[in-house]
Amino acid sequence: MYKLESKNVDFFYGTSQALKNINIAIHPNTVTALIGPSGCGKSTYLRLFNRMNDLIGNTKINGQVLIDGDDIYAKGVNVDSLRKKTGMVFQKPNPFPKTIFENVAYGLRVNGITDKKFIEERVETSIKQVVLWDEVKDKLKKSAFELSGGQQQRLCIARALAIQPSVILMDEPTSALDPISTAKIEELIYELKSKYTIVIVTHNMQQAGRVSDSTAFFYLGELIEYSATKELFTNPKIERTQNYITGRFG
Amino acid sequence: MKNFYKKFSERFIEGLLMISSTITSLTVVLIIFFLFKEGLGVFNKKPLEEGYAVVINRLNSVGKLNAEQIKNIYDQKINNWSELGGANDSIYLFRMEDISNYYTDEQIGENFEHLPDCLNSIVDSIKGVIAFFPEKYINKSFKGKQLEVDKVSLKEFFGGEEWFPTSQPVSQLGVKPLIYGTLWVSFGAILIALPLGLAAAIYLSEIAKGRVRRIMKPLIELLAGIPSVVYGFFGLVIIVPFIQQAFNLPVGETGLAGSIVLGIMALPTIITISEDAMRNTPRAMKEASLALGASKWQTIYKIVIPNSISGITAAAILGIGRAIGETMAVLMVTGNAAVIPTGILQPMRTIPATIAAELGEAPDGGLHYKALFALGCILFIITLLINLIVEFVSTNRKNTKH
Amino acid sequence: MPLIDENKLTKSKNRNQKIAFFLFASVGYFIVTILVAILSFIVYKGIGVINWNFISQMPEEGMTKGGIYPAIIGTLYLVSGSMLFAFPIGVLAAIYMNEYFKDGIIKRIVRMMTNNLAGVPSIVFGLFGMSLFVNKLGFGDSILAGSLTLGLLVLPIVIRTTEEALKAVDDTFRQASLGLGATKWQTTRRVVLPIAFPNIITGLILSIGRVSGETAPILFTVAAYFLPKLPSSIFDQAMALPYHLYVISTSGTNIEESRPIAYGTALVLILIVLICNLIANGLRKYFSKKVKMN
Ligand SMILES: Nc1ncnc2c1ncn2[C@@H]1O[C@H](COP(=O)(O)OP(=O)(O)OP(=O)(O)O)[C@@H](O)[C@H]1O
Ligand SMILES: [Mg+2]
Repeated sequence: MYKLESKNVDFFYGTSQALKNINIAIHPNTVTALIGPSGCGKSTYLRLFNRMNDLIGNTKINGQVLIDGDDIYAKGVNVDSLRKKTGMVFQKPNPFPKTIFENVAYGLRVNGITDKKFIEERVETSIKQVVLWDEVKDKLKKSAFELSGGQQQRLCIARALAIQPSVILMDEPTSALDPISTAKIEELIYELKSKYTIVIVTHNMQQAGRVSDSTAFFYLGELIEYSATKELFTNPKIERTQNYITGRFG
Repeated sequence: MKNFYKKFSERFIEGLLMISSTITSLTVVLIIFFLFKEGLGVFNKKPLEEGYAVVINRLNSVGKLNAEQIKNIYDQKINNWSELGGANDSIYLFRMEDISNYYTDEQIGENFEHLPDCLNSIVDSIKGVIAFFPEKYINKSFKGKQLEVDKVSLKEFFGGEEWFPTSQPVSQLGVKPLIYGTLWVSFGAILIALPLGLAAAIYLSEIAKGRVRRIMKPLIELLAGIPSVVYGFFGLVIIVPFIQQAFNLPVGETGLAGSIVLGIMALPTIITISEDAMRNTPRAMKEASLALGASKWQTIYKIVIPNSISGITAAAILGIGRAIGETMAVLMVTGNAAVIPTGILQPMRTIPATIAAELGEAPDGGLHYKALFALGCILFIITLLINLIVEFVSTNRKNTKH
Repeated sequence: MPLIDENKLTKSKNRNQKIAFFLFASVGYFIVTILVAILSFIVYKGIGVINWNFISQMPEEGMTKGGIYPAIIGTLYLVSGSMLFAFPIGVLAAIYMNEYFKDGIIKRIVRMMTNNLAGVPSIVFGLFGMSLFVNKLGFGDSILAGSLTLGLLVLPIVIRTTEEALKAVDDTFRQASLGLGATKWQTTRRVVLPIAFPNIITGLILSIGRVSGETAPILFTVAAYFLPKLPSSIFDQAMALPYHLYVISTSGTNIEESRPIAYGTALVLILIVLICNLIANGLRKYFSKKVKMN
């Protein structure tokens, strides 16, 4: 069974259509890269999976978006619980104005967990998962803003992992980072794959090639090509894809 | 030549602009200068009405008294000179109107020409006497002695519990009742305005739909533009009678009326500033919280409010500043009794209201006039502190933002 | 997730949110209701009073009858006087601070001084105006002294709004002009100011609203309790709307009988503010449409 699926999805901001008839199916424990020029609808598509677009007024969706086979836009779906199943990582590191510890514990607390011991253990494992533990274990009570950009971004990933989602949505997670931090995050993505299904938006072709199993190329709200990453980068079926990945238009 | 002209005019304009930009600074300096020159003058004056003297018998060993002691004598709280370090003689208060008990109109003379002699012999014949009359009635043969009165001291000014600048023979210039009145009224106002204002700000910035916001926001801004006399007038015709009835009071002009009116007036400040601060919370931060399964409300109180806390603090402090400095509305509704209040349902008098109510009657350059300027100094210092705190809070905020 | 009953959690989260949102929405509406109540109360009581005679006639019979003409004229003088003083200086100052002033300690001090001046209570301006303009410079209680006092009071506001308007002008315009060899002043005058103009004017109009309602600064610098004639020069005293309202509602000869006049005066004051706000908003909309069309 597919982990994530979208069937004939159209999406509208007011009257302007941002996504046109998107059909994608994603296997569990894979990394899928979304690429395409600016404004083509990558973020919009990514944010369908945790219903983040709901926050924007006057939007409309047609078609079906499925997680584990369930339509997440069906009536009666609990959006808060849905969002717990999906972790999200944003373009810029966006820690909360809280301590390092409280940043990671946040998701647990808002979901009603009060057991101190449990929270401590979960925070520790999450931070260890993103290979940040050694760097922050002595300053868990310090403000998260005191970390470097790369550390902040890993902290944000740890924050997403703490609620044990099964899907991680990443919107250009390394675009604000230096090359070394970027490499660390890419390595991390590779490791997380064994436990999670990951969708990542990126403008960086090399990155898509390095981390993803399959790649979807969007253009002006349409899905132009979707296939295994190797295939798409070495042997694109459609000329437009070819042009984009070779940098002939941007 | 043309180039020279161009250069010259550029310089000239720049100079003009620069001068304009210094005017505010200059004004602040001038305000400080004038306010403090007049205000500090109060400590250089005797609390005695100009042209008047307090006299005692020449055998009396007491030579110098301060305003409070003299007042206590006249209130008959002190009845014996021994309490003031003098001999054990009971104090005899002689008032000008008592003169007819001693002398007939003929003896005083048609044009009071014999009045100085009369006064002289009274003061000379009663050992425990104390009298207060115009200096011009002291003639060469006067045998009594003029009591020296201490200048107004800082301690009297800030520690005195009575504000009665026109009292005779000595003015009472204790600002405590006014400071207490100001604090009661302003804190009452902030107690009303802060919770309401914050709730409304949260509603406007995080909950209300775009259309509701677009209607409510300008309305609240309009609220900020309405003159304070209009608020005062509204308070006078609606809130004052309401309070009088609701609490069954003899008069409705109370601290509470002032607090309510000021509270309403402080609302726009608090709402707009804290709403701005909340709307400045990065969207990504809110989304991150929601993406973790937090509800909208959890996101508001766990992320948005802590993140905008310095803006909210600034709003609260500025609100207090507004309340402390507000004059007309308070003047119209608080009843203006210069007594140290013990409850919000009493008439109170604030510092600005005192200035507004009394400056018109205070003769230029006199003690009372200077005392009112001293009140102005207090106000100015308070607002300066408030501005500095706000400045500090908001630069702090900028530094912690990434 | 373990340890947690999902349904119960969702329920309690939803319940808390509902309660909180209900509370906040009620407060929001409550506040707006108060405002609307105040406004409509005064409109309701005052509307019957306002007519041509009320606006064009002198007060009569101890201000219990007649109109408020001299107060309107006085306020008009004071508004024009203070804006004549504050507007040019404020705009020039803002231009210097935003376009010329180099960042540094002096600029910070000047800015701090301006902010401080904005925070000074209006009664302190009254004290200051009295000791400087009325007494020291010998203007006496006069329109001149009152206008200058009010002018100083709005100066920081004019500076602030003008600065904001200038800041909103995109830097690329300046760079483009300077790049074409224009001097700084030419750039400011021909490029920056025209773009910032709508916002500057909007700020000006809003400060007019502010000035026309100020009472404390004019108490001891110009305001007359009752004058049966119009001022003939800037050295004359004048009546003014806000002071008039204060007087007839608190210490007039016959407070009860002059109540209708008080309501009418309050309404006129509110109308002035309302009209200023409307014009400002209208201008803002008009100019932003024009920009879009270009
Ligand atoms: N909140 C919004 N309201 C209206 N239109 C929007 C909104 N967000 C995005 N759009 C429009 O939807 C389209 C797709 O936007 P989206 O953000 O998904 O692009 P993207 O591929 O992520 O671009 P980028 O690479 O620049 O992040 C764009 O045309 C954009 O203008
Ligand atoms: Mg995007």
